[in-house]
Amino acid sequence: MSTWTPGSLAPRPEAAPLGRMLRAQTRAELTLTLRNSEQVLLTLVIPLGLLVVLTLVPFIAVTGRRADFFVPGILALAIMSSAFTGQAIATGFERQYGVLKRLGATPLPRWVLLLAKTLGVLAVELLQLVLICVVGLALGWHPHGTPTVVAFVVLGTAAFSGLGLLLGGTLSGLTTLAAANLVWFVLLLLGGVVFPLTEFGGAADLLRLLPTAALSNGLRQLLQHGVTSGRDLLALAVWAVVALTAAARAFRWE
Amino acid sequence: MNDTALEVVDLVKRYDTRTALDGLSFDVGRGTVCALLGPNGAGKTSTVEIAEGFRTADGGSVTVLGHRPQDPAVRPRVGVMPQSGGGYPGLKAAELLDLFAAFHAHPLDPSDLIERLGLGEVAGTPFRRLSGGQQQRLSLAMAVVGRPELVFLDEPTAGLDPQARRATWELIEALRHDGVTVLLTTHLMDEAEQLADDVVVIDHGRLVARGTVAALTHSDGEIRFRAAPGLALEIAGATVTETEGRYLVRGLAGPALLAAVTGWCATHGVMPQDLQTQRSLEDVFLDLTGRDLRS
Ligand SMILES: Nc1ncnc2c1ncn2[C@@H]1O[C@H](COP(=O)(O)OP(=O)(O)OP(=O)(O)O)[C@@H](O)[C@H]1O
Ligand SMILES: [Mg+2]
Repeated sequence: MSTWTPGSLAPRPEAAPLGRMLRAQTRAELTLTLRNSEQVLLTLVIPLGLLVVLTLVPFIAVTGRRADFFVPGILALAIMSSAFTGQAIATGFERQYGVLKRLGATPLPRWVLLLAKTLGVLAVELLQLVLICVVGLALGWHPHGTPTVVAFVVLGTAAFSGLGLLLGGTLSGLTTLAAANLVWFVLLLLGGVVFPLTEFGGAADLLRLLPTAALSNGLRQLLQHGVTSGRDLLALAVWAVVALTAAARAFRWE
Repeated sequence: MNDTALEVVDLVKRYDTRTALDGLSFDVGRGTVCALLGPNGAGKTSTVEIAEGFRTADGGSVTVLGHRPQDPAVRPRVGVMPQSGGGYPGLKAAELLDLFAAFHAHPLDPSDLIERLGLGEVAGTPFRRLSGGQQQRLSLAMAVVGRPELVFLDEPTAGLDPQARRATWELIEALRHDGVTVLLTTHLMDEAEQLADDVVVIDHGRLVARGTVAALTHSDGEIRFRAAPGLALEIAGATVTETEGRYLVRGLAGPALLAAVTGWCATHGVMPQDLQTQRSLEDVFLDLTGRDLRS
């Protein structure tokens, strides 16, 4: 097919600057997520669809304006979907296909890979948050704005990323797929996204310790009532520390 | 500078109770191509993956370009093509190669590499939709794109059609010409004969032979050919053995022996097939590792 010019393959080994590696890997992560139709369904279509349906169709009773109740819960769902479920499934299959192992044989440092994954998740979240806010406003959402929202989003992302990497970094691709979807569905129902936690009576206080419930409740207190819930913030911080530590210890690249 | 690129000393690897590598030692000189041969399960992939830093040894040592295999300093200097897998299924061929190029400061031009390996028409096809042979070639490209000093190629031509195999051979020959060290594993004797400066034959995790192809196949005074079984072949001053129509004549080295054999054939109206005055690497391999099928 071709003959090689002598010298054209002469060794010239050197790692690329970290910034170039980070940019390339982040772009790859984002491309993979947005190109994968299941990921788009999970992170964008389902949260937006649920927001529209739950707000417009009054089959679940809530106090106050319907959009004010549902937008914060859907924001929590969106963060869980991309940081936890999407990330766990992608990571599980990347391990199964030997992609992570092969990346380990390149100059790409592992922390740059994990940082790129995080930046990819944050970029998708930004897209989710913008779309949810726009649709929410169209549905009559009147949020209280405060900068503490950022703390909830960051801690929630850290907690769910830790859990996602823990799952995807230890189980096989298919097991991760099943487990991540199951957990997503259970937390959707019990996490104060669809049903107000008060519906669960005495269990509500315990359920609020779940990361999804802490995030949805914290965001709701803040955006609906302008109140910062220290307890929810603390719960998310604990989840973040525990999950990231466990993931760092248990993660297997193969 | 040290002139050994890879040094394997008394390497031991166990999986549960099975000993896959049992005190293996060999080395690969800088700028040479070394072919690691052995039956299925002999321990080739285990050896290569320990040298790549993917697996840890249970004994002995491997030194890669003067470092431990896990040392981050060797990463940019080494290119790796695993026996299978390793691509993001959802990335297109060109995107995947661009990504790997972006990890290196002075990569080869990815689109040129794609063209030269005959992947131009599938550059926009996702990795998971490439054929097995196309995935193999892309994987090879990913191993060399960073302009490494040393490349590990685990069965680089397995499953390739003849044209693709030739393109791969040309690339390996060009790497060698430009001073890159190559350790490749293969089951193709003609591949080892064509490419390798040195051949290392292993079996059951142990070294059974090593040397240049010429040294391994050298066999003075032997003539082999195939013909109908049961011929009453007799050559003065030589011994004749036959197994199922394969004749081996051992005698005094030289053209006289060849003339005696062909002379006998001519008088008896026998056409000798595959007449060889040298052992092929395959003969050497089968003599060393036996003819039994491996699990
Ligand atoms: N991860 C593993 N777990 C358990 N046993 C293994 C593992 N990898 C290899 N083995 C065993 O170790 C031995 C050597 O395997 P290896 O893959 O190194 O052989 P190979 O020479 O590359 O074979 P092939 O030509 O089939 O690729 C085999 O008996 C194999 O069954
Ligand atoms: Mg192998």
